[in-house]
Amino acid sequence: MSSTGTIGQVGRRHYLTSIARSVISFLFSLIITFIGLTAVTFLISKMTNIDPVLALVGDKATKEVYDLAYKALGLDQPIWVQYGIYLKRLLSADFGVSVLTGQPVLTDLIRVFPATFELATIATVIGVLLGVPAGVIAGACKGRWPDHVIRVVGLFGYSVPVFWLGLVGLFFFYGKLGWVSGTGRLDVFYNGVVTTRTGIILIDSALEGNWEIFANAFGHLILPASILAYYSLAYIARMTRSFMIDQLSQEYIIAARIKGNSYWGAVWRHAFPNIMVPLITVIGLSYASLLEGSVLAETVFAWPGLGLYITRAMFNSDMNAVLGGTIVVGTVFIGVNLISDLLYRVFDPRLRTS
Amino acid sequence: MTEPLLTVENLEVTYPGRTGVTRAVRNVSFTLGRERLGIVGESGSGKSTLGRALLGLVPRPSIVGARKMSYAGTNLLACTEREWQNLRGRRLSMVMQDPKYSLNPVKTVGNQIAETCFLHLRTSRKDAERRTLDMLQAVQIRDPEVVYQLYPHQLSGGMGQRVMIAMMLIAEPDLLIADEPTSALDVTVQNEVLRILDDLVRERGMGLIFISHNLTVVSSFCDRVLIMYGGRVVEECLAQDLQQAKHPYTRGLVAATPSLDVRRDELATVMRDPEWLQ
Repeated sequence: MSSTGTIGQVGRRHYLTSIARSVISFLFSLIITFIGLTAVTFLISKMTNIDPVLALVGDKATKEVYDLAYKALGLDQPIWVQYGIYLKRLLSADFGVSVLTGQPVLTDLIRVFPATFELATIATVIGVLLGVPAGVIAGACKGRWPDHVIRVVGLFGYSVPVFWLGLVGLFFFYGKLGWVSGTGRLDVFYNGVVTTRTGIILIDSALEGNWEIFANAFGHLILPASILAYYSLAYIARMTRSFMIDQLSQEYIIAARIKGNSYWGAVWRHAFPNIMVPLITVIGLSYASLLEGSVLAETVFAWPGLGLYITRAMFNSDMNAVLGGTIVVGTVFIGVNLISDLLYRVFDPRLRTS
Repeated sequence: MTEPLLTVENLEVTYPGRTGVTRAVRNVSFTLGRERLGIVGESGSGKSTLGRALLGLVPRPSIVGARKMSYAGTNLLACTEREWQNLRGRRLSMVMQDPKYSLNPVKTVGNQIAETCFLHLRTSRKDAERRTLDMLQAVQIRDPEVVYQLYPHQLSGGMGQRVMIAMMLIAEPDLLIADEPTSALDVTVQNEVLRILDDLVRERGMGLIFISHNLTVVSSFCDRVLIMYGGRVVEECLAQDLQQAKHPYTRGLVAATPSLDVRRDELATVMRDPEWLQ
């Protein structure tokens, strides 16, 4: 039928323009948010009593060298000029040098962030794949045994500390059963075999077709990822359950049943699409908080990630590293929010026209 | 006379509560052929619960019991969930009160109507789409192709209710329960929607149960009227005889309806007597 073809096109074109419009408005708000983020990190660096000049030249430097460095850093300029210099440096991806590692902070971040990213992404994928269905089932069976089972299992994941689960997990699955590999990202003798392209070992090894390393990296990744996933799963399942209960009491669910849908048909085909917006928010927040790096999990599993890096930098007053890490974490939050906001429009037609 | 479409004998719906059971529907019996039956009563009189009970969709903790409840020879009391699913939408259906809440907000109008088709008629995608467009035409929507792609929030109340009617009638059921189908609409579009409903029911020779608290609409629209009070049917009469009703409650309701022609200084209020429930 030709008429239905044209409906499809009109609908799609309308949909695409609204997506394009929201992308532009988001790029704009992205810039504003980013200026806010840099202003905050700049002010933090101004308010701490760590002397950036001393951090650069060391405490054995002469007065002359100190003054020269003071000038070179622009610290004699008014504060807004200093902020300008700071922004300019950031835009050229110059975060300064880390005192602790002796390397540019950017180099450090490029090394540690992919490790955290890999862990957080796999953890979130597991958490969503298990947590969302669990939450839907619990909500649909509210007050009956599947609900109770899921709630108890979830409560356990929510309340047991990550480091304890990590240690117990290592003891059983690595120590006793030998199902997974131990700490770190790879076995020692595999280090440096694969060229670093993305820093994400699973992707790098797959690109080279080195499945031996892929399997080894996966063996190292799966336990910490599962443990982080358990925590986010518990959270996602709990929220999904309450969103579902809310939607299942709506009139359109009864209408769907009257049409001849089974109960589970109404649950999955009608209620579930309606929880997408709040669900995306929850998943996005949980993903972003994992991307910050989990210090406890990274410590237990000797995982060279962002959380461990920032924490070490903080304990050693390594301001450049702390601020660089903060910028990364802030950017991650902005990015996750941006993606969530775009996804809202895909899933909820009411948000498309505005 | 052939067997009636719907036979209900001694229907009871009770909700267990903390302070004992609430009897939402008490000992209701009636039969229905291919005619229009109005059910009138005030809020909380059990008329909507009765409608839901006929579809087997009373919410969980409540208990439905009856001596007999059969639909065109099918014993509804013995239906399995699977059998109910084949009945709902296909044989008996229901138009709900407010399209703002009873249409799924994230699905297009067309897909929601076509879904009823898919559930019952095992048609191809193309055929379901064609039937849906025909059905939209039948409920007098001007640009079916455009409306097909719209979402419920883009519709007016009157359009939404027409979509609801289309969705519930597309699988050609024999019995339609209309639960306050116009109460949520503007007065100006109420008559339009009623007329569409009227035409479709007449054309297809369906049975209709019209649940309403609007006496005027019911008496002009239906053949027969049940008057409910406190979960009980207190009176049954022909629609045109409503003015000569015998039960004090019905007479109270009729008297409380203001007339445009007669000037009155005081409106009558409806008196209630707990005795009626005994």
